[in-house]
Amino acid sequence: MSDDTTTPAGTDSGELWSTDVSRDVATDTTPVQVGERRGMFGATRGQDTTGYGGLRTPILFPGASERPYGSYFDEVADTLAAALPSDGYGTAVERVVVDRGEMTLFVRREHLLAIARALRDDPALRFEVCTGVSGVHFLAEAGRELHAIYHLLSITHNRRVRLEVTAPDADPHIPSVVAIWPGADWHERETWDMFGIIFDGHPALTRILMPDDWPGHPQRKDYPLGGIPVEYKGGTVPPPDQRRSYN
Amino acid sequence: MSTDHTIFEDRDVSSEPSPGLDSDLPGDDTLRGTDYYALGDTDGSPVFNVTGGDWDDLVDEATALHEERIVVNMGPQHPSTHGVLRLILELDAETVTEARAGIGYLHTGIEKNMEFRTWVQGVTFCTRMDYLTPMFQEAAYCLAVEKLLGITDQIPERASIIRVLMMELTRINSHLVCIGTGGMEMGATTVMTVGFRERERILRVFEQVTGLRMNMAYIRPGGVSQDLPHGALDHITTIVGELRRGIHELEMLLAENPLLKGRTKGVGYLDLTGCIALSITGPVLRSTGLPHDLRKSEPYCGYETYDFDVITRTGADAYDRLMIRILEMFESLKIVEQCVERLRTTGGPVMVEDKKIAWPAQLSVGSDGQGNSLDHIREIMGTSMESLIHHFKLVTEGFRVPPGQVYVAVESAKGELGVHLVSDGGTRPYRAHFRDPSFNNLQAVAAMCEGSMVADVIVAVASIDPVMGGVDR
Repeated sequence: MSDDTTTPAGTDSGELWSTDVSRDVATDTTPVQVGERRGMFGATRGQDTTGYGGLRTPILFPGASERPYGSYFDEVADTLAAALPSDGYGTAVERVVVDRGEMTLFVRREHLLAIARALRDDPALRFEVCTGVSGVHFLAEAGRELHAIYHLLSITHNRRVRLEVTAPDADPHIPSVVAIWPGADWHERETWDMFGIIFDGHPALTRILMPDDWPGHPQRKDYPLGGIPVEYKGGTVPPPDQRRSYN
Repeated sequence: MSTDHTIFEDRDVSSEPSPGLDSDLPGDDTLRGTDYYALGDTDGSPVFNVTGGDWDDLVDEATALHEERIVVNMGPQHPSTHGVLRLILELDAETVTEARAGIGYLHTGIEKNMEFRTWVQGVTFCTRMDYLTPMFQEAAYCLAVEKLLGITDQIPERASIIRVLMMELTRINSHLVCIGTGGMEMGATTVMTVGFRERERILRVFEQVTGLRMNMAYIRPGGVSQDLPHGALDHITTIVGELRRGIHELEMLLAENPLLKGRTKGVGYLDLTGCIALSITGPVLRSTGLPHDLRKSEPYCGYETYDFDVITRTGADAYDRLMIRILEMFESLKIVEQCVERLRTTGGPVMVEDKKIAWPAQLSVGSDGQGNSLDHIREIMGTSMESLIHHFKLVTEGFRVPPGQVYVAVESAKGELGVHLVSDGGTRPYRAHFRDPSFNNLQAVAAMCEGSMVADVIVAVASIDPVMGGVDR
């Protein structure tokens, strides 16, 4: 239901939320909760399957992966650690997640440029192509609402790796990688346009898809979809975000 | 007397604010509704608007200023800009000193809309992005959903062959339009008519198989929406021969044409360093000699089992990109023939077995070119209560996809088409992002055009082959 999705998560669902802030994200393999899903049906917890009680499900993303990661991922991690100054890897990389055959490096934003440069320049890594920057907005993940996700491709070694950098809504700044991968220019502009992430150091961070005077950032989860009800033969179809959903 | 009780009421909406300009939304209020051209950010330079009137009067007015440097807005409405692309060119006489691309005129919010539909409905949206390569968006999106579901290895072989068949036909379709419109922009209308004549054959196959000529939503998570209809393979075999003749005709018309070579040789030059720096993929990258093709380097849908070559050239200019496209069409025809051969011997379903994902029975195109299949109706209404329940749940509610994120890339006609999908475990995508090759490749406009003549801008942009539906999404 649409009114459920706008309720700030975590207000009345204490037991779903991990309050343990001391957990070591680099090694903790238990899933990370990034939010809460509400909707009708599809209950996996509790007895209520009617949906009228307002079902709540925690959104659990995979936690840190344990070594060995498998495939070429161990080699990438080791080479990257060797390419950085001592303990640079430990401070820069928050955690490594290997899920569905893809490797994600969660990088702290202040270390993004160092990591990016090492990934591009080291002969054994050589991620010479940044295929794009995508944003994701996790409304309920306090302090890490905005995620910028970089998909890197090494044509030399035929490998892919993903960088994920987070920023809080209150301080939506992430350093720009345009100086390292000029092709990320428009992708960062799009992510700024759609999510409001400010890429510091970008040569011309302006809107790219929306008009220059557009207020707000449309892909954020607190931005409404908009739309008008459609009347057909006396019946009314509400706009998509107000239709009954079974999420 | 009409029995229609619908009341159509005229409502005065002129005073209602547009939903996008809602003042409750965050944003800079001072900029709302500002006319940028009236702000004076042209540094006091005179602005000429060409909106009708006598061209000579305007030229007289402009030349009276004795100003050599002039900024021209080419587009967004211009027949040579592939839809609604705006090129901002700074000219010194006929030489382009600076070139920038302004995009966003065709932004339709497809990615946002997909977050409000089920996983299956998403196909209907993403197929409309790059309207010349619908099958690639569908395939990439469905491969991503399947990867999230973890059912990649359960896709029936026949479905994968049909996907490859449809993707390769789409590649030819896209290249034909690229070459056809590119030829037209240079004044060669015959190239355009031949290109569209040949494309028509492919569209007829699409219509026969899917019921639609464009935006088919044919590839679905788990397989394809319906099996090939009776006679489709024979039809495809026929058109492969016809296409080969037609493309050869195009090749004869273009390859050694002195006028075309004069217009395209050395134009829109971008070397390997430039391509890699700007993350350019597809024919533009292959025109520098690098044989990068995802069908070979990261095969999907069983591409590793097909026999075809990756075409490369070393000129890195518009002519070589054109030749690459022509030769790639012949390679695609080779793959199409192999698909037809396999489909004649490979039977079986075209959708996964899992009844929580696949519909209870396959649909099929009716004699009217659309509609439900009678088998399907019989199955859910007459035979099986279980099927009816599954059908109802799948259509109204959709299936759930375990939380996580994936990135899947396919080699579209224009380069790497990547899909980044994030699921929160629900029945709808939490985030769907498409890395459209045209969007990325269009960044090369400045590098390709600066220092060249105005007329070469058209050729250089045509050699990138941007489609604004994909660029703006």
